[in-house]
Amino acid sequence: MSGFLVLLRKELLEQWRTTRLPVVATVFLLVGLSSPLLARFTPEILKAVGGGQFSITLPTPTAADAYDQLAKNVGQFGALIAVLLAMGAVATEKERGTAALILTKPAGRGAFLVAKLVAIAATLGIATVIAAVGGWFYTLVLFQPLDVVGFAAATVLTWLSLVAFAAITLLGSTLTRSAVAAAGIGLVAFVVIGIVSVVPGVGPYLPTGLGAPARALALGLPGTDAVGPTLASVVLVAALVAVSWLAFRDQEL
Amino acid sequence: MTVGPAVDAAVEARALTKHFGRILALDRLDLTVPGGSIFGLLGPNGAGKTTAIRILTGLARPSEGSASVGGVTVGLDRPELRRGIGYLDQDPRFYGWMKGRELLELVGRLHGLDGADLRSRVAEMLERTGLTAAAGRRIGGYSGGMRQRLGIAQALLNRPRVLFLDEPVSSLDPEGRRDLLELISSLRGNATVLISTHVLSDVERICDRVAILHRGRLVTEGSLEDLLAAHARPIYRLVPASGQEQRVAALVASLRAAPWTTDVSSTGDAVRVTVSDPVAAAGAILPLVVAGGLALDTFERARPTLEDVFLELVGPPKADELDGRGFVRPREVTDR
Repeated sequence: MSGFLVLLRKELLEQWRTTRLPVVATVFLLVGLSSPLLARFTPEILKAVGGGQFSITLPTPTAADAYDQLAKNVGQFGALIAVLLAMGAVATEKERGTAALILTKPAGRGAFLVAKLVAIAATLGIATVIAAVGGWFYTLVLFQPLDVVGFAAATVLTWLSLVAFAAITLLGSTLTRSAVAAAGIGLVAFVVIGIVSVVPGVGPYLPTGLGAPARALALGLPGTDAVGPTLASVVLVAALVAVSWLAFRDQEL
Repeated sequence: MTVGPAVDAAVEARALTKHFGRILALDRLDLTVPGGSIFGLLGPNGAGKTTAIRILTGLARPSEGSASVGGVTVGLDRPELRRGIGYLDQDPRFYGWMKGRELLELVGRLHGLDGADLRSRVAEMLERTGLTAAAGRRIGGYSGGMRQRLGIAQALLNRPRVLFLDEPVSSLDPEGRRDLLELISSLRGNATVLISTHVLSDVERICDRVAILHRGRLVTEGSLEDLLAAHARPIYRLVPASGQEQRVAALVASLRAAPWTTDVSSTGDAVRVTVSDPVAAAGAILPLVVAGGLALDTFERARPTLEDVFLELVGPPKADELDGRGFVRPREVTDR
């Protein structure tokens, strides 16, 4: 991993200087704040939209609804943003020639790839924490406090699922010279994983399968295994990085 | 500037071949670049110069053959190869969001520099390339010439034993070009420089040895003096006094008919005569001038240049080298 820390420092600086980190953090903050609000006021909104012409009876919103709204929004927006962050990570550098600049120095190609994924994961991590803090706080204000430890553990699992989508897209970005093609690979994977996730016995071990144990942890519900899905996603990310490296080390720049 | 010690044979290539599908970009290139020399890689566009440098710097993989730089076998993912080399691309690209100084610091850290050593080395290279004032500005706002100078600074930052420069003066103004050539000359004996270019006057000015590539093949290689002695034909230059156009035309016709001329060109104010037999030519040119009643301002035997060697060896494309549109057709694997 020759040059990893140097490259990681450059990648983190790039996340800040190109405003990716501030923009993603802002989007996640809005998602985090708006999700409990949406859960809390959906009945009133529907009532106002209906104008009294028809009546919809909805159950009284709870903290669980706030969490579900937050998890759904962060999961969907977050996966899309993970794809956007990773799509050009390698492909654009190959196309612009900056990969050649770095890789004619004593930097390993593995370090080049891992530094990129770690920096993207850091951006997603900071943004996910911001969304979680905002969501937890508004859930406290509008409903009731959720267990901090359980909510934090759920946030880690949510982040891990986003990192998996970033790793899939990073592989696409490594295999192609086009950021658009890499994004296509990431989005197709998102759709395919969404479809396959309903298959019993398989779904829980996909990145989307982390949602159930995360929900159980956040709401203090019993009986959902978090270890298996977590390990499966960690192994998936590691395997994706390994395949990316195997492909990248034989590529001409 | 001090640099690390050079090795005996800094670059060695044996039967180095590269093809892209059917297109043969480089064909069995054998090359030995002595340590400490400034070595010019010459050739027209598409000759294979950039392909050779990309293989030697580990950016591309040879289809056949092998090469080593500083004793390290070249390959795609070889950080140890890159510790001792510097490389400037013909169109250097950088991160537009980064500042000039930050780019050099990044490159220095990748080479293992840190602390005061890194700071002083970066300051030295900024100074030598005239970028000190622009060091705190984003590279995205740099001109083409500034990017080229930054490329030179990053290539020299690690005091490389072997420096690869691919068309290094292409974006520089005359002053920048002069400064760079002086900088390269100052490396002689301490570092090995492999410079690809088609600016022949630059090569004559700084290179110890030259290799000429044409359509992927090595045409010749040697010291500048040896090449001039072996390939440059003697040239006589005549400058007629003004107002004698008809007599000049008659003289040119007479010279072209002579058996000892290989080329006669008239450029308006001078006549250039390339000869195959300088002894016969020396005794025959002036009598022809006198017989034609031509008054001369100047008559001299001109020093052959690398351009003469280049044109002699590469020359204009032959009919079978052109495609249907008149462009030089790349060689294909089947042309071997």
